[in-house]
Amino acid sequence: MHALPQTLVSGLALGALYGLIAIGYTMVYGIVQLINFAHGEIVMIGGFGALTIHLWLPGDTPLAAALPLMLIGGAIASVAVATAAERFAYRPLRDAPRLAPLITAIGLSIALQQLVWAFYPDAKKSRGFPQFQGDSFELANNIHIQRDDLFVLIAAPLCMLALGLFVARSRTGRAMQATAQDPDTAKLMGINTDRIIVLAFAIGGAFAAVAAVAQGLRAGQINFEMGFILGLKAFTAAVLGGIGNIYGAMLGGVVLGIAEAASTTYIQNIPGMHQLGGGGWKDVWAFVLLILVLLIRPQGLLGERVADRA
Amino acid sequence: MTALLEVENLRVAYGKIEAVKGITFTVETGRIVTLIGTNGAGKTTTLRTLSGLIEPLGGTVRFDGRSIVGTPAHEIVALGLAHSPEGRHIFPRLTIAENLQLGAFLRKDTDGIGQDIQRAYELFPILGERAKQAAGTLSGGEQQMLAMGRALMSRPKLLMLDEPSMGLSPIMMQKIMETIAELKATGTTILLVEQNAQAALSLADSGHVMEVGKIVLSGSGADLLHDESVRKAYLGED
Ligand SMILES: Nc1ncnc2c1ncn2[C@@H]1O[C@H](COP(=O)(O)OP(=O)(O)OP(=O)(O)O)[C@@H](O)[C@H]1O
Ligand SMILES: [Mg+2]
Repeated sequence: MHALPQTLVSGLALGALYGLIAIGYTMVYGIVQLINFAHGEIVMIGGFGALTIHLWLPGDTPLAAALPLMLIGGAIASVAVATAAERFAYRPLRDAPRLAPLITAIGLSIALQQLVWAFYPDAKKSRGFPQFQGDSFELANNIHIQRDDLFVLIAAPLCMLALGLFVARSRTGRAMQATAQDPDTAKLMGINTDRIIVLAFAIGGAFAAVAAVAQGLRAGQINFEMGFILGLKAFTAAVLGGIGNIYGAMLGGVVLGIAEAASTTYIQNIPGMHQLGGGGWKDVWAFVLLILVLLIRPQGLLGERVADRA
Repeated sequence: MTALLEVENLRVAYGKIEAVKGITFTVETGRIVTLIGTNGAGKTTTLRTLSGLIEPLGGTVRFDGRSIVGTPAHEIVALGLAHSPEGRHIFPRLTIAENLQLGAFLRKDTDGIGQDIQRAYELFPILGERAKQAAGTLSGGEQQMLAMGRALMSRPKLLMLDEPSMGLSPIMMQKIMETIAELKATGTTILLVEQNAQAALSLADSGHVMEVGKIVLSGSGADLLHDESVRKAYLGED
């Protein structure tokens, strides 16, 4: 039996996908202390942007060739919607009580779903998403990586590494850190903090599009509701990892993905628990994990205590 | 002598409460001007308005010959007005070197920035020794040195310092005041807000006393230092 390594590999792919989305939550929260609850829908929009490109391309285009174009199309759609949401929905509410942007985000989330449902051709039901043809790769004896998981397993670490370097090394990245730590003082340095905030939304949008393509490949379909549960899981991952910390978001995603895979595989084998295992309960176990981690480390795995941020 | 900064009838409110109720003063090139006054007099509010963090209710502000009311804070820095805020506000999780580099955020002359960082290290050797350390690990006085060094990194025409001696030991305080005097000697124009009226007035060419949002007394540093009402109210004499 190779249940454990196989569980780890499957969980890693799922977790990397959550992590990509979680980075969007955490970047925006880190800079404007806003939970963008419409971020799940930004993912969904990215999926439809990528699908649109796929439908435009000639039918015989190999998926490997189409993929970069689909990513660009998805990213354009996600980044456009994310930055427009910042500009027209959240920015006017920046000094409003915290509940106002939160409610706006929920409204925006419903509106985006309904817009896709109403106006995207045939989006009232799921739309097929291209998948790679062929068998899964056998890593070792009986441990398989699904072809369509390979994409996220490569893309997520690359995106993460690029973002980490950008934030730590570049002039703009340092301005992002300064804005996150002390926005008024950042302005006194000559940093246009409005632009930094837009950039945080844009990066989150681009990562959301990568995640959407990964999800489309895995599931073979996308639909207007896909953002809801993905967004909820990724938000969980961001909190689990310590909201505001980009490495924490990825770690939280991976921990959550592996926990979900493990709960699907193992819990039903625990005597007396067979009814609480399997795929149907994995979401419940994900949230149980969140509660447990927050009981022990309220600031999340890599988060700093709030006092340290002052 | 031309005035680098001209503030006229400046009024600032938080909601309905007017914290600055029409103040007028100027800062001439090469001078040190100080604002002193009790807690809540409106000194910090004045500086935050001048640097564009708060929109004024009314009045005019001219800096280096142009009106800057309504100009966003990040553009005001570019004009040559630097502000070291009350309470230091260094970036705690960035290193000391990174904090200094952020002070030069708008400059493009990499060589000049490097030289100015070296100069900051000469001015405050402790900053050089700890260059790679997170700024949040510095002591209060060291953070104040960093805040001042960071404000200088933009090569400002006018440096505004809000309570640079706050919470410092007498020795540190002495050091900060000496540094301000040195900056003046090199031609930097300074607008200094201080609780420590004795120290501020001894350094300043001129000073203004603020009380509940108004300037109630103005004069040369020496005159105010010897003014009876100032001595009573701010220098603890009776
Ligand atoms: N963000 C704010 N919201 C509402 N009122 C404020 C705010 N900041 C300051 N005030 C009020 O404005 C008035 C002036 O405050 P300010 O901080 O400018 O005084 P100050 O002269 O700098 O005092 P201190 O010497 O204690 O630093 C005070 O009455 C203060 O309570
Ligand atoms: Mg003050």
